[in-house]
Amino acid sequence: MIRFILRRLAASLLLLYLVLTATFFLLHLAPGSPATVILEDQRISAEQRENLRRVYGLDRPLPVQYARWLSAVARGDWGTSFSQQRPVKRVVLDAVPATMILAVAALLVEQAAGLVFGIVAARRPGSAADHAIRVVSLLLFSQPGFWLGLMAILLFSLAWPILPAGHMYSVGVDEMGSGARLLDLLRHLILPAVVLGLAEAGSVVRYVRSSLLDVLGQEYIRAARAKGISERRVVWVHALRNALPPLIQVMAISLISLLSGALVMEVVFSWPGIGRLTFDAILSRDYPLVLAATAFSAVMVLAANLMADVLHALADPRVRDE
Amino acid sequence: MSSKRLPGSLRWGIGMTGLVLLAALAAPLLAPYSLSEQLDPVAARYRPPGTVLQAVHLADGRWRLADRVERIADGLEGNGLVLERLGRREILPEAQVLNLTAGGVADRRVFLLGTDKFGRDLWTRMLYGARVSLAVGMLSMALALTLGVAVGSAAALGGPLADALLMRTVDAIISFPFLFLMILLSALFAPGTGAMILILGSVTWTGICRLTRAEVRGLARREFAVAARAIGQTPIKILLRHLLPNALTPILIRATLLIGNLILLESSLSFLGLGIQAPTPTWGNMIAEGREALSQGWWIATFPGAALAVTVIGFNLLADGLRDFLDPRLDLARLDLETRSDRPAMLPPS
Repeated sequence: MIRFILRRLAASLLLLYLVLTATFFLLHLAPGSPATVILEDQRISAEQRENLRRVYGLDRPLPVQYARWLSAVARGDWGTSFSQQRPVKRVVLDAVPATMILAVAALLVEQAAGLVFGIVAARRPGSAADHAIRVVSLLLFSQPGFWLGLMAILLFSLAWPILPAGHMYSVGVDEMGSGARLLDLLRHLILPAVVLGLAEAGSVVRYVRSSLLDVLGQEYIRAARAKGISERRVVWVHALRNALPPLIQVMAISLISLLSGALVMEVVFSWPGIGRLTFDAILSRDYPLVLAATAFSAVMVLAANLMADVLHALADPRVRDE
Repeated sequence: MSSKRLPGSLRWGIGMTGLVLLAALAAPLLAPYSLSEQLDPVAARYRPPGTVLQAVHLADGRWRLADRVERIADGLEGNGLVLERLGRREILPEAQVLNLTAGGVADRRVFLLGTDKFGRDLWTRMLYGARVSLAVGMLSMALALTLGVAVGSAAALGGPLADALLMRTVDAIISFPFLFLMILLSALFAPGTGAMILILGSVTWTGICRLTRAEVRGLARREFAVAARAIGQTPIKILLRHLLPNALTPILIRATLLIGNLILLESSLSFLGLGIQAPTPTWGNMIAEGREALSQGWWIATFPGAALAVTVIGFNLLADGLRDFLDPRLDLARLDLETRSDRPAMLPPS
């Protein structure tokens, strides 16, 4: 098992290196450069421009830039953001909590909705409730999440203004006490987290239902029922215990879609997280920032994938030997 | 086969996708205006669904739109028309009007689903947007299908070394954080429709590849395949004549699901402003425009998104229905988990 984990870990690190290298060269090969954004500012003289290029090392040949960047990163130095003039590491770390808060809240919504509706559907397959749940989850996972977000803003911020339409805090949050601050954050969190969670919940419902139905069809469930154990206990204790472990794997995978979904949702709700940061950094060709933000996202995705694989291997020993 | 025996989801799926497909094909017939037609933006901007405006044909060939038109004769300013445009009254001298009728109005303009900030008809743009969405979805699916089946078959039949090499590559692609790569690619290279199809197809084939490999490997051990080998048929012939036809059902279902996912993916990129660029209308960039104008016109973001949803629901129902019809034992939820993923980590799995 440890060998399996180490092998996967090594593969993940190799992939991370490949992702970053690919990103590095794509950025530099693409038309447009930070030059077009800051360096080609009309107010900057040709001399100053040359100077800036030298400071950022953009005047060196590409392989040299790559080697310098790689060795700096290996030492934990991600460079300085062109657009924000701050260490990139700081900029990224400042945006991490926002994304984490959103992703975790959405994960809770998604898993809660997925479990509850999946179980209700599986208890009476073919019933009206089962059908309704099937239709609703089909509707949910066929929506573009960003559109669902806009519709939520339209309904709950414009037509019936009870929740803020975006951002993480209200203006003037700095004057608030910590309790009021938290409440303010929660008010801002509701729409993006619920929308993102529900948009992703459809597949979880489907998986919980199919997994539970599988277990409910087994012999030991019939035995439990024959013993006269209440149906509620059969479902919630006997069946769920065996249906849940594979769901942990589903959770790890859905974490990946949530993280990526958060990226789009952050743009919809002006949420100041990694997604918005990456997006803005790409548009302004802020090379060091794009690379660091990509590295962060890649680490998250690779970690979630690794987790899914390890959990899978734990549940199913055949996977380890392959 | 009578339609009674077709599963409900299949009938709905065929109906919905068929409708969208027809609308896309017949866009020039169904659209009341041409895509490039500039309709009097001053009077027509941000009009809600169902607006009907009076149209006056001007002497210079252009049209002027107004809420109400009144003909005045012998007024202080001479003969002409009084136009009410968004609450403002203006007078149009008779000489500027091309064919003055009794009421002064030559025609009417109907905006079924309202207009955007340039006064463009939303319904017209949605119809043409359907063409882009469907073309991107189906063509990139075709690319992913071709790649996936080819690589999957090669891995299944090409011996252990090729198998290991190809499948490790697939593993790598699957754990690649694709959304970021795609955002990067589209932000950096601003792709047109063709490039978009290439980008989408070349990152989403892994699910079909894994599925094909598993199916073909299983089938190759079966007696009919062994028999075909025994009578000396070539491996290519065995693959095309015996193995792939038997693996068709799950692959077909998977490919149908993929179309919906690809349409969603394209629209997400267009929504972020990274996909196909304006003025070409796509549902994604229309929703993005609607987002900017959410408080001026709710309809601009709402209708393209609804169209998108109907289309994707249609394809998902079609896949569900095909499953029910062709192979009810196939568990789609499990299939998705095992062949994770042809969704570049963003899309809701299907």
